[in-house]
Parts: sequence; structure tokens; C-alpha cells
Amino acid sequence: MKVTLWGTRGSIAAPGPDTVRYGGNTACVGVIGADGTVLALDAGTGIRRLGATISPEIRRIDVLLTHLHMDHIQGLGFFAPLFRPGLEVHIWGPDSTTLDLRARLKRYLSPPLFPVHLQDLLCNLHLHDAVSEAEFQIGGLAVKADLVCHPGPTVGYRITEGDKSVAYLPDHEPALVCSRIGGDPEWMSGYDLCAGVDLLIHDSQYTPEEYTRCIGWGHSTLEDACEFASFVGVKKLVPFHHDPTRSDDALDRSFERLVALPGRKFDLGKGMEGAVFEVGG
Amino acid sequence: MQQPIETILMRQLAAHLATAMVIVDIKGDLVFFNKAAERILGRRFEEARGMQRGQWLHEIKAQRPDGTAIQIDDRALIKAVDRDEPSHVRFHIRGLDDVLREIEGVAFPMVGQSGRKLGAVGMFWETGGTP
Repeated sequence: MKVTLWGTRGSIAAPGPDTVRYGGNTACVGVIGADGTVLALDAGTGIRRLGATISPEIRRIDVLLTHLHMDHIQGLGFFAPLFRPGLEVHIWGPDSTTLDLRARLKRYLSPPLFPVHLQDLLCNLHLHDAVSEAEFQIGGLAVKADLVCHPGPTVGYRITEGDKSVAYLPDHEPALVCSRIGGDPEWMSGYDLCAGVDLLIHDSQYTPEEYTRCIGWGHSTLEDACEFASFVGVKKLVPFHHDPTRSDDALDRSFERLVALPGRKFDLGKGMEGAVFEVGG
Repeated sequence: MQQPIETILMRQLAAHLATAMVIVDIKGDLVFFNKAAERILGRRFEEARGMQRGQWLHEIKAQRPDGTAIQIDDRALIKAVDRDEPSHVRFHIRGLDDVLREIEGVAFPMVGQSGRKLGAVGMFWETGGTP
């Protein structure tokens, strides 16, 4: 699998001179399988650039939404493949307890928030509730979706190709349900999705000091992301969903702090926009 | 095997409440009870964890105020799990410490996102002390 980070920022897009290296676009990760299967994980503003790379030969593309907060869907209306006649586009995401995914997406893809209605998109659109589907196959990629700890219906994804796997939990607050990360796997949000994966892309929005003011908002500190990664036994962690106020220099310093952590049992990758990670293959 | 997130969050809530709460899974097996429930059920959760449906129903006796036994199918948590029926009940239980207590409580089915049946929750209060 080839995994590309197209948007790494959380909450709101944060372009500017201080965010050039880690990027200002909100959450979007591209995954390309060995057979050419294309997935877009979330549709933050980063998906616009991903859309520009989709070749005309591609017949199907799948967009896997973790949840419908704006920083994860804002780019959807600017994802060019949605306007390509005949292209098969599947959007996966969580229903709510009262509305299905179509009704939820229409709240954004309709006036006054957006000029084009969902039903007027030119592609051949299919919508799926990721929660009830839970495990599904897209081309050569096996996908598992499961709800995770974040306000509102929110899933994480585990994508497996052969014996290699990637987990994507951009918005996740495991500390909320386990006072000390590293307790019992039975009671750890995200455990089954992430156990033993080769690459984990995980929320790391806050500093410990910020987190004390934002408990319950659904995000992790970099330190919690590391504890979680260690507990579930990942091979590589990529911190993701950077706070919009975090500058490139601040993210560099945080990364260096992580690199120096004693006893770390996993590799680290920088969550920079444009970064590419090869998993297996 | 990880519990569903709704069950994890329910346990988290239960762990912070002074109201007695019991959580069972879709099979009716005991998943969690909190400190307030420990006092009424007569055993620490850590000593009771993993109790399957048949075991806890057998060991925690339930009877009506008139002393007649409540059949298993009529136990509030079982009605919630098996028949999706919430209920409000007043009864006596003989806990794992063999003490008989008067209880009033509610039990309700726990239904998660996308209508997934996850089990049931019981919330109860000791009302009359030891009869």
C-alpha cells in the first residue's frame, strides 16, 4: 500500500508561512493498493489535491469518512471525481442514530452551505453506513470500521492488504475512557482496529497543558498517542490532526521530543502534508 | 476482544456514578457493575467479572415483595436483553453475600449506532434496607 498524507491539520485549515512544511489542509489520506485500488480517508480540504491525481482510467474510488465534522468533509464538494460522469464513487461513513449518511451529507452538500445538491453530482454515487457494514472488501483491500471515542458517531478504519495493515484514527480520545492508557484491551477504544498494525495514523492534536482544558473534545495529546501506539503494538506511528495553532517549528520540537522518548518500541514518521509511506509491497 | 465503544462509554459513566449500575452484554453475560452496585450485589466486580448469564442469574436470587421467586424470563435485565423491554421494578435480591435487600430500579436495552443491540443496563437503588 502507498499511503500519502494530503491534509494533516485538525479543526480548521491553517495555511500560512508557519505551516508550510506540515501543511495547512485538513484531514485527508490517500491509500493506493497493489492492484490500483484507490481510497481517500476523509475529505478535508486536502482531498482537493488528491482528486487532481486520479487518472482518467480509474473506474472506482472509495471515500472513507471517519465522521462528519467539517474538517473531515469540507473538501468533498471540491473533489473533482464527484463531477466525473460515470465514475463509480462510494462514500462510507457513519449514520447517526436518527439520520442516514445521505441525509447527513445533504446538510452540507446543499444551499446555503454549498451550491450543488448531493443528487446533482455527476458521478455514480453510492453511500454506505460504515458502522453496520463493519467489515468490507474494496478491491484488494480489506477494510474494518469500528466506532471510537470522539463526540458524535465517529469511526476509525483498519485497512489490510495481505499481511500488512494501516490504521487511521485521526480523531480519537482513548484517554477519556481509560484513565491510564495501557489498561485492559477489552476496555480500550480503538484496540481492535489498531492492534499490531504496521502503520498507525493517529490524533495528536493537543499538548498536555491544552488537554486539561479540552477533556472530552475527542482528541489526544502527542504523549497519549504514543502510549496508545505502544500499548496496541504498532510498528510505526504518524502523529496527525495537528492543532491549527501549531507551527512547523513547534511540531518539529514535539517530534524531536518523541524521538528521544526512552523505551519507545515503534518507529515514528512525521505527519507532514505530502509525506508518503510504503506499507509492504 | 474489545467491547463496543457504547459499552465502553457506558462503563465509564457507571464508574463515575454513585447510582448502582450493572451492564450485561447481548448474551446476558455480566460485563460490568460499579462500586455502588458492589455494595448491593455483595461482591467486588473484580471478583465477579466474567460471570455468565446462567451463573449470575443462579447466584443472585430475585423475589417479589411477597416472597415468591421471580422467574428468569421475568428478571428485568433479561427482559431488556431478550425482548428489548425496558422495565421499572421493585423486588428483593439475595446478593452474592447472601444478604436479602429491597431494591427498586430500572432496566433498559442498550442499542448502539445503526441499531446494533449491545446488551442491557440496570440502574437500581436499595429502598428498604434489609427486610
